[in-house]
Formats: sequence, structure tokens, C-alpha cells
Amino acid sequence: MKTIAYYPGCTLKNTAKNFEDSALCALDRLGYEAKELARWNCCGTVFSLATDDLMHHVAPIRNLVRAKEAGSDTILTLCAMCYNTLKRANERVKNDAESLEKINNFMDTETVKYAGDVRVLHLLEILRDELTFPVLAGKVVKKPNGLKVANYYGCLLVRPKSVGLDDQENPIVLEDLMTALGIESVEFPYKTECCGAYQTVDEPKAVADRTYRILSSARRQGADLVTVSCPLCAFNLDQRQKQAALLFADFEPLPVVYFTQLLALGLGCPEDRMRFDLHYVDPRPVLKKKGVL
Amino acid sequence: MRTDISRKKIRNAFVEKVEELSGQNLLACYQCGKCSAGCPQADRMDLLPNQVIRLAQLGEQEDLFNCRTIWVCASCMTCNVRCPKGIKIAEVMEAIRQIMLRKRKDHILIEKLSAEERESVPPIALISSFRKSTS
Ligand code: SF4
Ligand code: SF4
Repeated sequence: MKTIAYYPGCTLKNTAKNFEDSALCALDRLGYEAKELARWNCCGTVFSLATDDLMHHVAPIRNLVRAKEAGSDTILTLCAMCYNTLKRANERVKNDAESLEKINNFMDTETVKYAGDVRVLHLLEILRDELTFPVLAGKVVKKPNGLKVANYYGCLLVRPKSVGLDDQENPIVLEDLMTALGIESVEFPYKTECCGAYQTVDEPKAVADRTYRILSSARRQGADLVTVSCPLCAFNLDQRQKQAALLFADFEPLPVVYFTQLLALGLGCPEDRMRFDLHYVDPRPVLKKKGVL
Repeated sequence: MRTDISRKKIRNAFVEKVEELSGQNLLACYQCGKCSAGCPQADRMDLLPNQVIRLAQLGEQEDLFNCRTIWVCASCMTCNVRCPKGIKIAEVMEAIRQIMLRKRKDHILIEKLSAEERESVPPIALISSFRKSTS
């Protein structure tokens, strides 16, 4: 077993429990123990874009201090927004000694001083770069029968370039992962088109419109499912289908799953770790039809 | 739309503030329109992203303070990737939002959200919404 310090973030303990449980089970099957930080705080979800706004980088950097306290030089993330915020704040202080010093001064009650020396990793990077997909393919015990997926990356896994884990507009890491799992990926022109993100709070209809367009494209391409890696994208693409159905007469529902749920099923994790009860559109019928469940 | 251009406005304090907060050189923009062409939120905007940059170059702060666009922009960074001049348009949007928010002109009034609205969305949605639209 290889141990890695793990930062879950708020939503993985809440509406995205299906993301966390499936990922932890899959990691366990792959020989990784994801050790949750003993203490952690919300990263703030979005990286502050204003040049002088150092205050909002304290929250992400504090989590990196927690990783150091746990004796770890890397931190594993699952949520695309946490990944982006932690990694971008880290890049900022690594490249700017003055900001780093100021942030350390803000955190003067911490016993550990941060020096930009923790690596922020996403699960997809561990699978692709450390474990590698050919090795992963050898561990797959359950391959579906003709399952087709559209992989939705959204924005924050891939942009900006300084922190993105793949090409900014045509990433392929999820496609490569699906191939290793014996799953076919369809061409998907909307794979990095924003879902409307947090505007789901004050403009739910506008987000339902995005959901309609993104999912209609996936359906036209012949996908049985859409995969995601962000709890906010998941909420918008899955739960907002309720509003999309009211707004668009020709809308047809499409199940949305975390990539970790397909990974965990492929590795033989039990169905109860998938928490399918948290989904608005139930993915079980199509997964059963394709022989994954 | 009628716009009066003057040298004084082009380098006014607002323009300087936007450039400082965004870290961008506004005058590098040559109005190709590529940012607007690919913006997934453009159909809900009253000013297109390239128009925001143009008005910011000209120091037209009132138009920008009163527009919907800065709140409709979802910081997806697509425009940043595509701008041939390397301008980070999303950062310019954030700078204008910040100038408003620092005057406590919040776009979302948390107390006006109903309990149902608050409870129907996950924490990640609420936190990011409040981070972007409140001071
Ligand atoms: S893409 Fe860049 S240069 Fe072209 S209009 Fe937009 S900001 Fe200006
Ligand atoms: S960052 Fe904002 S302006 Fe730029 S493409 Fe995305 S929504 Fe449009």
C-alpha cells in the first residue's frame, strides 16, 4: 500500500459523496491509501484573479501547510475546483517570494512555515503518470459491453495552462482512461464548454440552458452516459435536468456519472460504494444493460 | 451607442485600476472579437467581452459598472486561451467586479436568497457564487 495525503474539500463530504466513496474504493483496489488530512478547511472554490487579493490565497495555502504537518510533500485532490484553486495558489506563491512571505505573515499562528514545497496532484495525474493506463488496464476485472460515454472536462481541470493537467481545449486523459476500462468515448465538441458554474445559484434557468445544450450534444454523438470530474459540473449537468425538461420540449434525460464510478466498477468495487441514490437521473438501468452492474 | 473619447478618459484612474487589478495591458487589444466569438455566456451578455475591453480602454466606467456582462461571465477562461494578444479577459472582468464589490455593491444579496434556494444547491455552488458576487 502506498499512502498519499488526501484533501477532500467540502462538497465531497456532502452532495458528492458518490465521488469520494467511489474514488477511495478504486484507490484501495489500486494499492493506494488516501489518508485524509486530520484538519482541513474550504479552499474557497475559486482562485482569486485580482492581482492584489492575497487574502483569498490564505485558505488554499493553509491546506498545503496541513499536508506538510502530515509529513507529506504531495496532496491528492479529486474535485476539479479544489485542484485548480490549491494548485494555482501554490504556483502563485512559488513564483512570487513577496506574496509567499506576506501569506506566511498572515498565518503567523501556524507552526509550519510554507515554502511552496507541496505538490498538488489530481487523481487523474496519478492514474496517468504514476500508475499508467496500461498497468491500470491489467487490473480491470469488469469490462462493459459496448458502453459509450461523452467525457466532460469543464474548465478548471484544464485551464489555465500553468495548472491544467492536459490540453486546454482538447484534453484526452479521460478518453485514455476510458479506453483502459474497456469503454468507448464519443467525439464530444462540448467537452470543455463551461456549464455556467456557480450561476446555478442565481440563474438556474440559464444553467439549465447550458445543460440542455451540452447533454443534447452528447446524445447526438451517441453517448449512453456523460462522465464528469467536478461536483459543480455534476450538479449542473445532472440535477438541472429537472429544469431543462421543463424548458425544452425535446429534452431527453441522460445519466451523468463521476469518472471514478466507472473506474471503481471496472476494478470490482461493490455497487453500494457508488452511491447511485445521490443522482437525479439514475445511471443504473444503462449500466445494467451494458453489463457493468 | 454614443461614446465621447478624450485623452483624459483613456488614462483615467479607472483604467489604471483595471490594469493594476487585472495585471493586463488593455491597449494590447486590437478588437479582433475572438474572445466574444467563443464565449459560452455571450448570448446572455449585454456587452460582448471585446466590447468590455474596448470600453475599459476608453475609460467608460459607467457603462461597465452598469452592465450585466461582468456578472454573467463565469470565469471559464476560454477567452484567455484564445486571445491572439495574450490578454486575460477573465481577469479584466474580475477587476471590474472587484472595483464594484470593494464599494460594497454586491451583485447577490445573500439575505434575499430563500431557504429553499440555499438548500437546493451544493456548498461548492454557494461558496463560489458568494466569492464572485459578494464583497
Ligand atoms: S480576443 Fe483579445 S485582442 Fe481579440 S478582441 Fe478579445 S481581448 Fe481583444
Ligand atoms: S471567462 Fe467570461 S468572458 Fe471569457 S469566455 Fe468565459 S464567460 Fe466568456
